[in-house]
Amino acid sequence: MNRPFSPLAGSLSRRRFVQGLAVGGVLATTPASLLARESAQTALGSAPVLSGTDIHLEIGQSLVNFTGVTRMATTINGSIPAPTLRLREGDDVTIRVTNRLSVPTSIHWHGILLPFEMDGVPGISFKGIAPGETFVYRFKLRQSGTYWYHSHSGFQEMTGMYGALIIEPRSGERHEADQDFVVQLSDWTDEDPMHVFSKLKVQGDIFNFNQPTFFDFTRDVSDKGLKAALSKRQMWNQMRMNPTDLADLSTATLTYLMNGTAPAGNWTGVFKKGERLRLRFINAASNSFYDVRIPGLKLTVVQADGQDVEPVSVDEFRFGPGETYDVLVRPDDEAYTIFAQSMDRTGYARGTLATRQGLSAPVPTLDPVEWLTMQDMMGAMNHEGMGHDMPMAGMDRSSMNMDHSNMDHSKMDHSKMDHSMMHGGMAMDHSMHGMQHGSQNPLAKPSTSVNHARTEYGPSVDMRVDMPRTNLDDPGIGLRDLVKKGLRPQGHKVLTLADLKSLDGVLDDHRVPEKELELHLTGNMERYSWSFDGLEFGRSTPVSLKHSQRVRIILQNDTMMTHPMHLHGMWSELETDQGELRVRRHTIPVQPAQRISFLTTPHDLGRWAWHCHLLFHMDAGMFREVVVS
Amino acid sequence: MNINPVTKLCQISLACVLAGGAYAEMDHSNHDSGAHEMGQAQGGKAPDNARDPHAYSGGFTLTEGPYALPGPRQLKLADEHRFWAIIGDRLEYQEKSESTVFDLQAWYGTTYNRLVVKTEGDILNGTLEESSNDVLWSRAFNAYFDTQLGARVDNYDEGEDRQWLALGFQGLAPYWFEVDVTAYLGDDGRTALSAEAEYELLFTQRLILQPRMEINLLGKDDPANGLGSGLTNMSAGLRLRYEFSRQFAPYIGVEWTGAFGDTADYLQAQGEDKSTTQVLAGLKFWF
Repeated sequence: MNRPFSPLAGSLSRRRFVQGLAVGGVLATTPASLLARESAQTALGSAPVLSGTDIHLEIGQSLVNFTGVTRMATTINGSIPAPTLRLREGDDVTIRVTNRLSVPTSIHWHGILLPFEMDGVPGISFKGIAPGETFVYRFKLRQSGTYWYHSHSGFQEMTGMYGALIIEPRSGERHEADQDFVVQLSDWTDEDPMHVFSKLKVQGDIFNFNQPTFFDFTRDVSDKGLKAALSKRQMWNQMRMNPTDLADLSTATLTYLMNGTAPAGNWTGVFKKGERLRLRFINAASNSFYDVRIPGLKLTVVQADGQDVEPVSVDEFRFGPGETYDVLVRPDDEAYTIFAQSMDRTGYARGTLATRQGLSAPVPTLDPVEWLTMQDMMGAMNHEGMGHDMPMAGMDRSSMNMDHSNMDHSKMDHSKMDHSMMHGGMAMDHSMHGMQHGSQNPLAKPSTSVNHARTEYGPSVDMRVDMPRTNLDDPGIGLRDLVKKGLRPQGHKVLTLADLKSLDGVLDDHRVPEKELELHLTGNMERYSWSFDGLEFGRSTPVSLKHSQRVRIILQNDTMMTHPMHLHGMWSELETDQGELRVRRHTIPVQPAQRISFLTTPHDLGRWAWHCHLLFHMDAGMFREVVVS
Repeated sequence: MNINPVTKLCQISLACVLAGGAYAEMDHSNHDSGAHEMGQAQGGKAPDNARDPHAYSGGFTLTEGPYALPGPRQLKLADEHRFWAIIGDRLEYQEKSESTVFDLQAWYGTTYNRLVVKTEGDILNGTLEESSNDVLWSRAFNAYFDTQLGARVDNYDEGEDRQWLALGFQGLAPYWFEVDVTAYLGDDGRTALSAEAEYELLFTQRLILQPRMEINLLGKDDPANGLGSGLTNMSAGLRLRYEFSRQFAPYIGVEWTGAFGDTADYLQAQGEDKSTTQVLAGLKFWF
C-alpha cells in the first residue's frame, strides 16, 4: 500500500474539483492501447457508437485531465465514457474484450439476462480477463432498453470503465423520438480510489465538509431555545451518528461528470425546436446519487432500468449508481440546463440542451444541505399511534417533531416547514392487515415483523431499525417538501418509486411467491464497514434460490444511507407493502430505515452477484453471492 | 487562581471518561433480555430467536456447492484486506518546559483485529526525557469500542524503566468523546491506570477546538521515578487547530498539568512547581 502523504491536498481550490476543466477529458492513449479502434480525440463529450453483432473492445490506459491535473484512467477503446453499444433485441452478439492492462480486468453487462459465465464478475462468473488475454462474450439479447456496462474488477469502473448499452426493441421503439441522447452521469477522482477508500477506513467522515458546527448550535439556541437545540442533537450525539452523512465521498475528492465532461465543459445536446427528445439517463457513478432536473421542461419517464413503465410526468428524479431512466422531453426554447446535483449537495454534473453549440441556460444553485430526519433513522414513527416506547432511551417528543426544521443553511422561512411526520404509523397499520388476512396465503403479502439477524448485534453494525417504513412514495432526504421550502416552483413533482408501474405485459409472473427471504442492509460508518445482516462478503454464505421458483426478497435498510441494490442475472420486481406487484428493476434504491420487498424468478442457473452499487459499499462487503440451482 | 476554570474542565472531562467507560460496558452487557421485541437501536445482545444469517445458504458456501469456481476463493473484498494508518494526535512544542511532546499511534490490520502501537513522550534539549510505548492487540468488541491487550514499556532518562501488561479499551463514547482507558499490571505488584478523553468542537468545517484531558493513577509508590501512589498527574488542554486538510492541521493551545499527592511532593522537593500552565504549538496529522 503506497500512500503518498500530501499534506496540503485538501486545501487546493475546491472550485477546480467542483467545476472541473472546460476542455478536460481524455488526452492521449498510452502506446499499449494505440491499437484501439477509437482515437484519443473522440473522447470528449458523447461516446462513440459501436453497433452490429460483432464488437471488439480493448481495455487500456489513457491520460485524462478533468481538473487541471493529468492522471491515468482505465478506458475502453480509449474513451470516457466507453463506446455506446447499440445492439438489437434477439441478436446473438459476440463481444471480444482484449486486456491491454498489466492487471486482470472484466466487463459486466449491467441488467442483462445471460448465462452466468458471461456475466463478467471475476471470482463468481469467470476467472476474469488476464493481461494480454482476449475474452469472448457470447450471448443472445433477450430484452431491449437502456442499460450499461462496466468493469467489475477492483475500482476500474471508478477510473473510467463504463459505457452505455442500448438494445433496440425488435418491434421498434414504443415512443417515437426525433433524437436520442445518452446522458451518462459519473464521478471522477484524481486520487487512487484505493487510497480514497483507505482514508475512509481511518476517518469515515473525512470527505464531509457539511458537519454540524458550534455556530449552527448557537443559531438554533437563539432561534428555538436551548432545550430545542439540545434535543435536536441529542439522538445523533447519543448514537454517534452524523446527521449530514449523506454521501461517503464529495467534491472534496470528486468531480461530477456528464457524458465524460466536467460542469465547466458543459456537454451539449443539440436539438431543433419542436423536436421530441429521448434522454437515456444512466447513473454510471461510482459512489454518487444524483438529483436530476431540467428547469423549464417536464420529464416524461417512460422507462426504468431498461423496462417500459407507464409514462409519468415529473420535474425531477433521484437515481443512484446502476439505475437508468429514459425520459422524453419536448423543448421549444433555445437552451436548457440539465442539472444533476449530488445528493450531498456538494456539487453537480451539468450539461445543456440547446438549439446550437455554445448556448447555455442559467445553472441553478445547489440546494442547502438538509439534516437526515428521524424517519431516516428510525423509520415509521408515530408515537401517538403506537403503544410502544421508543427504542432509544432519552428521546422525547420535542426531538421527534424537529425533523423537518433541521436546515443547515436556512434561507427559508421556518414557519413554512412541514413539522408533521410524513408516514408515521405505516408499519403498524400494515401489521394489522397482516393479521386480518392471516387466513389467506400468508405469502400473499410481505411480512412486516422485523427479524434482525443475530450477527447484527456485533461490531459490524452501528444501528438497527425496529419500525421500518414501508411506503414507496418518499422522494428521500433533500427532496421532501421542496415547494413548501421555497426551493422549487409550485407544482414541482419529484419521482418516487410509487410512481413507477411496469407497462402491461412487462411483468409476466403473477404467482404468489413460494418463499420469503429477509435480509438487512447494515453498516458501521465509524469503522467504514458495509454488509448484509452484519456479515461482510468474506464471512457470508450464498443465498440459494431454486431455478424458476418465485421468491420474495425483503430488504430492510438498517443504515442511514440509501443503497442502490443490484441483483445480477434476474429481475427484481418491486411490490408494495400490500403485495401489489409494481415495477421491474435491476437496481432498487432502498432508503434509510426503509423495508422494501421484491419478487424474483431466477431463470438462469449459476452463481450471481448481489450488491450495493455504491462501489465503496460493495467493496467494503455489502455483497452476496446468489446460487441458482 | 486562574486555574479554577481549568480544574472545572478537568472535572467535567473526568466525568466523561468514566461515563464513557461505563457506557461501553453497558453497550455490551446490558439488555440481555430477549424479551424486548423493540430493542434498542444499537449494541445489545441478540435475542434467542434472532435470525440465522446463513439460513438461506442451502448448505452452500462461497467455495462449495453448484457452479462454484474451482480452486481457492478468488474474490476478496476490502473486508479481507489489511489497512494501516499512522496518526499523530499531538506533536507539539511546549513553551514553558521547552520540551517537544509526541503522542503517536499506528495501526495495521483488518476492520476488527489490529496491531496498535502507541508512543508518547517528551524530548528536552535533544534528549528523550521519558516515553511510554504500548504494543497492543486491538479487537473490536462493539460498534464503537475496541478492547486492547498487550504490553507497555516506560523509559526514563533518569529513573528506572518499567514494564507492564496492558488491558484497556479505546473508542468513541456517546456525545462523540474519543476515549482511551488502559489498566496496567507491572512487576512487584505495581498497577496503573491511564485515561484520556478528547472532544472536537467545530467552529467551522476546518477550525476546530479540541478539549483534551488525561489522568494517570498508580497503585504503588515509585520513588525512583518520582511518582506517588493514587492520582499522580492530570492534564487538561485546549487546542485550536486549522485543518488545511483532514490529515494536516497545525494548532496552538494551552495546557494545564498538575501533579498530586506524593508525586507533587517529589516535584516540590526538587524545586519544581506541582502544576504549570503553558502555551503550546504543534501539528496534528495522519496518513
